[in-house]
Amino acid sequence: MRYAMAVDTKKCVGCSDCVVACQTENNVPIGYCRDWIVEVTDGTYPQLELEIRSERCNHCDNSPCVRCCPTGASHYSKGGTVLVTPDECIGCGACIASCPYDARFPHPDGHVDKCTFCLHNRVEKGLKPACVSVCPTKCMYFGDLDDPNSEVSVVLKKRKWKTLIPEAGTRPQHYFLI
Amino acid sequence: MRTTRRQFIKVSALGAGSLAVAASTLKWSAASSLFAGADASQAFTRSPTYCEVCFWQCAGWVYKDNDGRIQKIVGNDEDLHCNGRFCPRGTGGVGMYHDTDRLKTPLIRTVVDGEETFRVAGWDEALDYIAARMKEIASRYGPECVALFTHGSGGAHFGHMLKAFGSQSITAPSFAQCRGPREVAFLTTFGDIVYSPERTDIRDTKCLVLIGSHLGENMHNGQVQEMSDAIDKGATIITVDPRFSTVAGKSKFWLPIKPSTDMALLLAWIHVLIENGWYDKEYVERYTYGFEELKAHVKPFTPEWAYGITTIDPHVIRQTAKEMFNASPAVIIHPGRHVTWYGDDTQRLRAVAILNALLGSWGRRGGFYNPEKAEVPEYPVPPFPQPKRMPTEAYEGKYTLANEVVSNGLCEATIPTTDKSCNFKIWFVNGTNLMAALPDQETTLKAIDALELMVVIDTMPTEITGYADVILPECTFLERYDMLRKSPHREPNIALRMPATEPKYNSKPADWMARELGIRLGLEAWFPWNNIEEMLDWQLKQIGSSLEEMKRIGVKKFPRTADDLYFAPGEDISFNTNTGKIELYSTDMENEGFNPLPVYTPHEEPPEGFYRLIYGRAPMHTFSRTANNPNLTDLMDENTLWVNPKVAKMWGLKSGQYVKLSNQDNKVSTFSIRVRVTERIRWDSVYMVHGFGHNNTKLSRAHGRGVNDTELITRVKIDPVMGGTGMRGNFVTFVFDTDGKEAAV
Ligand code: SF4
Ligand code: SF4
Ligand code: SF4
Repeated sequence: MRYAMAVDTKKCVGCSDCVVACQTENNVPIGYCRDWIVEVTDGTYPQLELEIRSERCNHCDNSPCVRCCPTGASHYSKGGTVLVTPDECIGCGACIASCPYDARFPHPDGHVDKCTFCLHNRVEKGLKPACVSVCPTKCMYFGDLDDPNSEVSVVLKKRKWKTLIPEAGTRPQHYFLI
Repeated sequence: MRTTRRQFIKVSALGAGSLAVAASTLKWSAASSLFAGADASQAFTRSPTYCEVCFWQCAGWVYKDNDGRIQKIVGNDEDLHCNGRFCPRGTGGVGMYHDTDRLKTPLIRTVVDGEETFRVAGWDEALDYIAARMKEIASRYGPECVALFTHGSGGAHFGHMLKAFGSQSITAPSFAQCRGPREVAFLTTFGDIVYSPERTDIRDTKCLVLIGSHLGENMHNGQVQEMSDAIDKGATIITVDPRFSTVAGKSKFWLPIKPSTDMALLLAWIHVLIENGWYDKEYVERYTYGFEELKAHVKPFTPEWAYGITTIDPHVIRQTAKEMFNASPAVIIHPGRHVTWYGDDTQRLRAVAILNALLGSWGRRGGFYNPEKAEVPEYPVPPFPQPKRMPTEAYEGKYTLANEVVSNGLCEATIPTTDKSCNFKIWFVNGTNLMAALPDQETTLKAIDALELMVVIDTMPTEITGYADVILPECTFLERYDMLRKSPHREPNIALRMPATEPKYNSKPADWMARELGIRLGLEAWFPWNNIEEMLDWQLKQIGSSLEEMKRIGVKKFPRTADDLYFAPGEDISFNTNTGKIELYSTDMENEGFNPLPVYTPHEEPPEGFYRLIYGRAPMHTFSRTANNPNLTDLMDENTLWVNPKVAKMWGLKSGQYVKLSNQDNKVSTFSIRVRVTERIRWDSVYMVHGFGHNNTKLSRAHGRGVNDTELITRVKIDPVMGGTGMRGNFVTFVFDTDGKEAAV
């Protein structure tokens, strides 16, 4: 099993609903976020292009954050998700520095926090991650890449996509439909 | 009561007493750390509501944990407004409840040591005071001297009280400051309005044309969802906007039009459709009136003519017209929502309606569907007294095609003049910050100054609360019942709002306040129920449901009874217009002395060194209402000023620096705004999101953040047809004053 997420940049409007839904679902304190919006404008008026992406931890297959964690708090879990066990985390921040995507942040409770793909609180209960299930444009897809019929497998077959900073060699599992 | 202009009083000075009582348990930080301890495996209970963060009124579920704390709000899967998905504002709606800056207790204006201030009052005292003042003032001027300005669910309750008292002067700024022109334009053309939620069949459209409407930034939930569905199905989007909006970035065609010239483009499109025979001949023949007049009228309006005005390439005008025709009848020339721009807005929206009529999209799949509303009987009460004066007498002989009450008309009529006997002496203001909703703040202040009593009912302190005589703290939608939601949609449906929790602080629901006031005014006969639950249950039983059932399901749909969702091919239809036809040539307009066919009139252009002030929406905020919401300010806590790089270079402006703005009348913004240098805005305009720049220190997150566009809108172009306040004719220049803010780069 390999969990992955795809965001359709052609539909995402950058509304941030995914951000606030994650905050209320996962008790992310105000002022912090596990997912965020990136807007990239190209060109000069009126020849312009705009790409909007909802980003989060890429749950990389080859994660520098897991490799560098001195306590094992950062670890691979079900379906290749990358998680942090708060109790084992000493808050040293090595993982924050190692992540090429700036996906991690120091939680005010002293541990490092980031996107979990809502693994325990939703996905294992048969629900989709909070961001995916709230998105008003339905531009986010989540599922198991090993299952050719999962919505994420289907959409990645059908559409052109990219990952972020592939040259970092992290093998990210967060895809962007372009 | 006062001889000088009433002073703005900051709510911060007061209410301290009652605040202290509750403060320990009510700090947001305290609540949120409790949240952090919540365990994912915890059982939740849920109760139904419909959202009040904007007018879309999505139905959803409020989830509480075992300890009764509100955890999250999510959409109801059965709801046609949201399809189980709330927008960011609705999802962040919990912040409205948790906001510690909320109004907490009734307050009454008083004078201490010669200075006006508010004092804390109990509910009985505040309501007794209002009732006594109302009776006394009405004994001199009649009950018609009371007006209600409202935006939101409280309006139904206070409106009921007002009607029982003897006044029908009930108005929502959402008409003349927002969507009024489109409703009047569609009413005069098709004999019916667009409604809210809009009857646009976006999910099945093949071509969506947006003119200055930035869907996706204005987060009108159902429409945004359907637009995304349409993108999936390969629909063409054509966006007309001087700004490269989010949706422009998703459009096959973006027409970067010169601001204020949309009418020329619309006329050229009509010209091209007719000249090329690119219209639905059978539909036009069968259903419309005045085609030949229209054809002759648009003859001169060639794309080449429009090019000189709009700067849009004639080839693109033809190409986009063809695209619309190819998609027809599954095409929507969207009427927009906030359309009070230049004072000829009804006429511009008439041109939009005409385009839709030519393409046969009205009543067709992928165009405009026929909505239906659930019929719910009202709890029986005696007939309301007939007022001696109707609200329209406030603007006698003007705005004759307005189909709702014109807010600015009532506002102006409040200012005493020698020739008008129709002054208002009492205002109730509920759920609308009139200082931000009405343009031309000078006039609003003059009107407020002439009042003998102003009661403001709201959840948050805003600018308008500072001018109130009495402030009544309303609880948020999460803490109360309201009337059933029964907006028209593809299927008739109703939604229930019920309290998820007790009202916080000393706040109360609007229905309770209105009834208590009613009783004090001797209007018991109009409030025969003991409480709103009893009234709702009675209503629900009449339609085969019950309060008990609705508490379980939240939303209930009913089968359609009347006409079908779309016109049947070749069906004979009588439209609700004078001719019974879709009026391309409007007899209503003609009868009232307006142009029966839309014409282009040039609008004022920015003077040297000034830029047109364009404002819009951000998806995470609703007007000025959400600017202090802790969850939503976390997403966006100030507005920025979009400036084209060419302009920035000329002025030496850099992204991140703060400037103030001055308009053509030398009105300088109170606060400064952060510059965002971006290619996404034309060089003749600047852009900001509306709803920021709050000047009430009690709003701890919103105060002084960004600029309030309304204070720079001092020139208002009134639409003579329906009283709309055109607000896009203001021009600003930069003032190098950061008001102490450091550049954020
Ligand atoms: S909720 Fe959906 S549309 Fe909104 S920003 Fe997130 S991914 Fe984009
Ligand atoms: S995105 Fe960053 S935090 Fe997430 S798995 Fe990859 S390296 Fe680790
Ligand atoms: S569109 Fe958003 S703010 Fe408006 S009612 Fe729906 S969820 Fe609430």
